[in-house]
Amino acid sequence: MEKSAKPPRKGSAKPTRKGTNYETVIGLEVHLQLKTNSKVFCGCATTFGKAPNSQTCPVCLGFPGSLPVLNEAAFLLAVKVALALNCKIQDLIKFDRKNYYYPDLPKNFQISQYDMPLSYDGFIDIGSESSFSRKRIRIKRVHLEEDAGKLIHPPEGGCSLVDFNRTGIPLLEIVTEPDINSPQEAYDYLTRLKSILEYLRVSDCDMEKGSLRCDANISVRPAGDNALGTKVELKNMNTFKGVRLGLEYEVKRQVSLVSDGERIVQETRLWDADKSVTISMRSKEEAKDYRYFPEPDLVPFVVDKSVVEKIKSGLPELPEAKAKRFIKDFGLSEYDAGVITGQIDIADYFEECARSHGNRKTIANWIMGDIMAYLNTKNMPITAFGLAPAALVSLLKMIDSGSISGKMAKDVLAEAIETKAKPEDIVARKGLAQISDSGKLEEAVKAVLARNEKSVNDYKSGKKNALAFLVGQIMKETKGAANPVMVNEILKRNLGE
Amino acid sequence: MENLHSLTAHELKELMASSPVEPSKILGDVLKRVDALDGKIRAFALVNRDGARKACASAKGGGRLSGIPVLMKDNICVAGEETTCASRILKGFKPPYDATVTRKLKEDGAVLIGKANMDEFAFGSSCETSCYGATRNPWDLDRIPGGSSGGSAAAVAADETIVALGSDTGGSIRQPAALCGVVGMKPTYGRVSRYGLIAFASSLDQIGPITKDVKDASLLLGVIAGHDEMDSTSVDLPVPDYTKSLTKDIKGVRVGVPKEYFVKGIDREVEDSVKKAIGVLKDLGAEVIDISLPHTGYAVSTYYIIGPAEASSNLARFDGVQYGLRDSTAKDIIGMYTRTRSEGFGDEAKRRILLGTYCLSAGYYDAYYLKALKVRTKIREDFDNAFKSCDCIVTPTSPTPAFRIGEKTDDPIAMYLSDVYTIPANLAGLPAMSIPCGFSSGGLPVGLQIMAKPFDEEMIFRVAYAFEQSTDFHKKRPRL
Repeated sequence: MEKSAKPPRKGSAKPTRKGTNYETVIGLEVHLQLKTNSKVFCGCATTFGKAPNSQTCPVCLGFPGSLPVLNEAAFLLAVKVALALNCKIQDLIKFDRKNYYYPDLPKNFQISQYDMPLSYDGFIDIGSESSFSRKRIRIKRVHLEEDAGKLIHPPEGGCSLVDFNRTGIPLLEIVTEPDINSPQEAYDYLTRLKSILEYLRVSDCDMEKGSLRCDANISVRPAGDNALGTKVELKNMNTFKGVRLGLEYEVKRQVSLVSDGERIVQETRLWDADKSVTISMRSKEEAKDYRYFPEPDLVPFVVDKSVVEKIKSGLPELPEAKAKRFIKDFGLSEYDAGVITGQIDIADYFEECARSHGNRKTIANWIMGDIMAYLNTKNMPITAFGLAPAALVSLLKMIDSGSISGKMAKDVLAEAIETKAKPEDIVARKGLAQISDSGKLEEAVKAVLARNEKSVNDYKSGKKNALAFLVGQIMKETKGAANPVMVNEILKRNLGE
Repeated sequence: MENLHSLTAHELKELMASSPVEPSKILGDVLKRVDALDGKIRAFALVNRDGARKACASAKGGGRLSGIPVLMKDNICVAGEETTCASRILKGFKPPYDATVTRKLKEDGAVLIGKANMDEFAFGSSCETSCYGATRNPWDLDRIPGGSSGGSAAAVAADETIVALGSDTGGSIRQPAALCGVVGMKPTYGRVSRYGLIAFASSLDQIGPITKDVKDASLLLGVIAGHDEMDSTSVDLPVPDYTKSLTKDIKGVRVGVPKEYFVKGIDREVEDSVKKAIGVLKDLGAEVIDISLPHTGYAVSTYYIIGPAEASSNLARFDGVQYGLRDSTAKDIIGMYTRTRSEGFGDEAKRRILLGTYCLSAGYYDAYYLKALKVRTKIREDFDNAFKSCDCIVTPTSPTPAFRIGEKTDDPIAMYLSDVYTIPANLAGLPAMSIPCGFSSGGLPVGLQIMAKPFDEEMIFRVAYAFEQSTDFHKKRPRL
């Protein structure tokens, strides 16, 4: 294989590998902003979207003479995440300097962790427990560092501006082992990771605001090979879907290159979401030497085991445990439980409904159907949803008692979301309550039969689908409010069956 | 009252307590002295007359140093006052905040009179690498005052200030104190907050006093010492009243004399003065013990790896983006960095940045930086072992008296070796002081170094004061 390091000479036969099956190997690096009140090494606020450079001080601006002091809250949140990801916690915490020049990095070094990450050797399981896609993704390390600032390039050009508000926001780097073998697995891992992080309430996890960012390392190799292929670092994916699409593109690109006997260049590539392609950014040959060394301004400290134990015992119920409980306690299917527990706020919403209403499957269906569809189109979290769990329950109770139909309920739900009115008020105001009064229904049926002699005769002569027409007429007569079950019954009786 | 500038802080405090001497009168006298002398000594990077006058007006009487003029080394931040580390790259930089030591002095009522000249970024032992030009030794204007706190030491020796602050990374307080015939102390690493001290080597730097006598040093250290939440490396221990250590009694104190400090390279007159000084301590009742610090020979090499390595990273921030010099003729960011740093840093700064960058680079880290950390541990262990049998260690501060300006500028190694006796205390984090202990035949001062266990500054004050009070070296002043 040494030969393949050189491009093949013109005219010589390329060692093509057409027909070979390839295995994809992916490792992911997630950067997560921790939600602390103040920055990781100074007291500045961390609020998103404030006026540029309004949340800065000599420390996060890296002014000469300023010194970092570790924010204990950031450290504790980092430990919380690490424990939830099944990691081991380092006995001794130390920080290192990662040296490189960039204008968004005011000291021209980043305080990070190098050879002794805060935590290591964890894992996340993806796919539901009994499914074929069940798999353990090992987490190599989780370490704490400081975020950099943001460069702004004004469209008129001439200069670049720096906003240091983001500088010094606590950042966790979560790195997997190369255990991911497809873009879909990468997507599933990220979804599960985000779900856990949301359960911990440690971050906004908002890729658009940059509080969660993901880079990938990807390579391909002939299936069965032990040696890894040359890896490419993929950046600039701004959504989980973007990660999957970018990786899918890379798989195709790399497999096609290798199949043609070409060599993969070790490089960093950017995902261009508009053009749906990856573009070469820089090759690793010019890779930087970060000259890591221990940060002398921060004193290494021994982790208090009792603090770790306390955080561990205080961890909330995590998605998988919650899903298991929902299956056991509420009789949800594995699939439904998986969907419902995917987001902590939805799980909480469901559970609150389930506490006051016995038909859990119906609750789950409503949440997974109309409600999630609505939230998705509006890109809205359920916490901002207009309909409280109690309101959904009262709507479902009206269906159970037969006072409204399922179809009506959908309309009521839509209106309740828009107007924030109580479902029972909407029903009362619109006179929507279902007619289940047999006397009234008898009258309506008789009136319709009298007006539609032809259809009655058709039915009696064996054209059974005339029945549907008659039902439709009755529903029309009652403005859709007739209880359909009772209508059927009364109609058939009047038709002499 | 004439010649207020020639008094010590404690003498002035006594004077103020017993007669109506206003701080403004002391300041006026000191500034007159500066005006008369600094043209030839060049100890000041900046004289802050207005700020000092305002401080006098508001100086309350209660503080230990209220009304006393203090000169700050130019690498210690004073809010709104140009702080340059004697480097072109920081020209015009006015920090928006006070260093913790600055704040403490202001709160105490001290009168900050300006900024002292220094070797650029504290890189040097001669005060010749400053962008403001070389400071002269008040004892011989053709000679260097030592460095890097050369401006602070020269100003104290020439009575251009009452006391001064310096910073010491490898001897930068003690060596110029020795060469200028004054008292200079590097406290234990962690004793004084480094917040607002523009870092050279974060794991070695300490701020400390440069004064005319031991008592002033004990007063000044008392004001600036103590734990600071803004500096994680400052240690949370109570600050003793150091003046209580000035008892003159050193009977039974075990004084260690390391054989490795009296070898080839030491000036004969320096050796004689130091040996006589040891004799004085013995006469005062101290028990003198021969000790060994076997890894002493590796200290300079170790220091010149760790110091530059940390410096190369600490100085990376001087890039023209936010403050100080910026070369705006460059077309891109790399060009701006390169030109700004090429123009802004002097030769010695560049040399140390290159050294440090090299030592930390992939492939060299283990052989240089990591190895140096290991040797540093060995040097620390040397001291731990030595202090099992002694209470303090005395050595020469510098192997030679002040050398001539320009004598070693072309020979960095020779220059580096002038810190051979002071560097170990920085590597081990120990407190150490230089006090005057004699003069060469040419009339140049010689310093005695006293080191003690971590956070045992009291032992140093005790021994230093006893020695000082039984000798007259500290009373001698240069003729100017």
